Amino acid sequence: MSAIQDAAQETMPLPMVAAINRALDAAMEKDPNVILLGEDIADPSGGVFKATMGLSTKYSKDRVRPTPISEQAILGAAIGAAIAGFRPVAEIMIMDFLAVCMDQLSNHAAKLRYMSGGQTCVPLTVRCSAGAGMQFGAQHSEMLEAWLCHVPGLKVVVPSCPGDAKGLLTTCIFDDDPCVFVEQTMAYFVPGDVPIGEYSIPLGQAAVRREGTDITLISYGRQVADAMKAAKQLDEEGVSAEVIDLRTLVPLDLETVLASVSKTRRAIVAHEAVTRCGFGAELSAQIHEHLFDQLAGPVQRVGAPNTPVPYARELERAFVPTAANIVDAARQAVKA
Amino acid sequence: MAGTAVVPQTDVLKKMFETMTRIKRCDERFRTMLTSGQIVITYYSPRGQEVIPAAFSALLRPDDYVVTTYRGLHDHIAKGVALRELWAEFLGRREGTCKGKGGPMHITDPKSGLMVTTGVVGSGMPIANGFGLAAKLRDTDQVTVVSFGDGATNIGAFHEALNLAAVWELPVVFVCQNNGYAEHTPYADGTSAAKVSDRAFAYGIPGVTVDGNDPVEMYAAAHEAVERARTGGGPTLIEANTYRFFGHLMGDTMEYMPKDEREAAMDADPVPRFRSWLVEGGHLSEDELAAIEAACDAELDDAVEYALACTPPSPEELFDDVYAEAIA
Repeated sequence: MSAIQDAAQETMPLPMVAAINRALDAAMEKDPNVILLGEDIADPSGGVFKATMGLSTKYSKDRVRPTPISEQAILGAAIGAAIAGFRPVAEIMIMDFLAVCMDQLSNHAAKLRYMSGGQTCVPLTVRCSAGAGMQFGAQHSEMLEAWLCHVPGLKVVVPSCPGDAKGLLTTCIFDDDPCVFVEQTMAYFVPGDVPIGEYSIPLGQAAVRREGTDITLISYGRQVADAMKAAKQLDEEGVSAEVIDLRTLVPLDLETVLASVSKTRRAIVAHEAVTRCGFGAELSAQIHEHLFDQLAGPVQRVGAPNTPVPYARELERAFVPTAANIVDAARQAVKA
Repeated sequence: MAGTAVVPQTDVLKKMFETMTRIKRCDERFRTMLTSGQIVITYYSPRGQEVIPAAFSALLRPDDYVVTTYRGLHDHIAKGVALRELWAEFLGRREGTCKGKGGPMHITDPKSGLMVTTGVVGSGMPIANGFGLAAKLRDTDQVTVVSFGDGATNIGAFHEALNLAAVWELPVVFVCQNNGYAEHTPYADGTSAAKVSDRAFAYGIPGVTVDGNDPVEMYAAAHEAVERARTGGGPTLIEANTYRFFGHLMGDTMEYMPKDEREAAMDADPVPRFRSWLVEGGHLSEDELAAIEAACDAELDDAVEYALACTPPSPEELFDDVYAEAIA
């Protein structure tokens, strides 16, 4: 189902935040029903991380709508407009602020297709920045994707690199279901190759970033880079690691994961979110359920400790899982 | 009855009486069938609040949008949701508006413009703004009406929605059906404002309090607000005072509602009162009214018979319509 991503078309190096801007621009150009809503998203601010820079100037403030700091009102307006035929992209500045508007997202966006018996749909994309690493403290740094995966009706996407950010965001915008697109702040300014032309990546297709035979390292978002670093280190120790980038958590490309783990017989799931009830718990359970008799040892989870995200630089560094944590877990796993 | 700006003409009065009758008879049938054990459903009776949606039924077009709340039967009927499908949905049948997935608290019927029914107090208002935004961006003259109770005016969503509707000048009419109780809590115990409409001042939009059980007064207020929205004048907050005859949820023992207060409200039942007024004022004859009632009864009998004969969804249908295409 999936393969190492081949981008046949011409690319240019861009940071993820610029790739997101390109995806929004292209979607707005293509379809007048694409509108943006969010706090500070209009020029001259162009969003607190500049993801929407230039778009209100190009498309007017009718289509790039700066809002008051009212997350329920933002998502509610986006939901109504989506049911009425628009394809809104709502920016919730920081993922922790989803807590303020979870009723709109969970009780309404996610459920209205089902509750209406399929008569209405909510083609909404919610973008939010997320994650630790910038010393923003406990209320501006969380990874809450597991909350969202627990709600039937939502799709959850976490890109690992600028090219994927462009391709996956484009797909989310033109998808007929509500999608939450999680942008890790620490990944915003890391450059990568971004296809210049029209580009989309189907949801539910993981990417095998590196092939290997001894262990499968499964991750998503910016921890994919850690998994790649870990794989390189393990290679030097004589352990051949395969790296899978899930790209989307809902829908989940379980087929690619199981194919890899049935080959390597060992798996580690790594993410930045706290370990307890994180996505790794779900994926670990699924792997065990499907491949119990083929595994050489239990699936290991690498995630943050079960604490709020701290402020002090030293504490924040101790909180965020690293490539070294993945290497350690892999060493344990291959001993089995 | 006090008339204000716009006086409803005979065709409007007739439409309003017809809507009120349909609501009242539907409600009576649901309660009869519930108490006799013929059906088992969650039911929030709108009895006593018929006038408010009846006024809008004479003003809204099929392409106007309505968003309502769990006590929504009267709003559904007033917007024109077909009784057969509505009854089938209330009974949880496959042939219902929402294939039995929504139920009384989650009616959606886009062909009549009934877009969302929410079971979460106050949550419909932010979504109503989205329908208003769609109309504004498309430069149509569609109006969105969102109904909610007095209890909903104490939740954050109300304030966020009113503010945004005002800032964006959205064509949305916010209709607070103030029935005096937020579930079991009397208005004054939970609401700081003397009148809900006073809260409109904080958002710089027109706010008005009317007797929501007076058809002429209610119609005039609804007319003004709908016209304002339709002609680009932005949102209005209407507080329509009314009374909820049968408590919060079917089976509610209503100890918290003073007996004399409830009896007085039921003695002033707006439906028979309006009927008498129509006859005494020479607006409609006894024969015309009886014909409307007979037609409503026939339509209701047909809908009930239809719904009872419908089939429950099959267990496989549990998995339909979670996403556009099924995913793992």
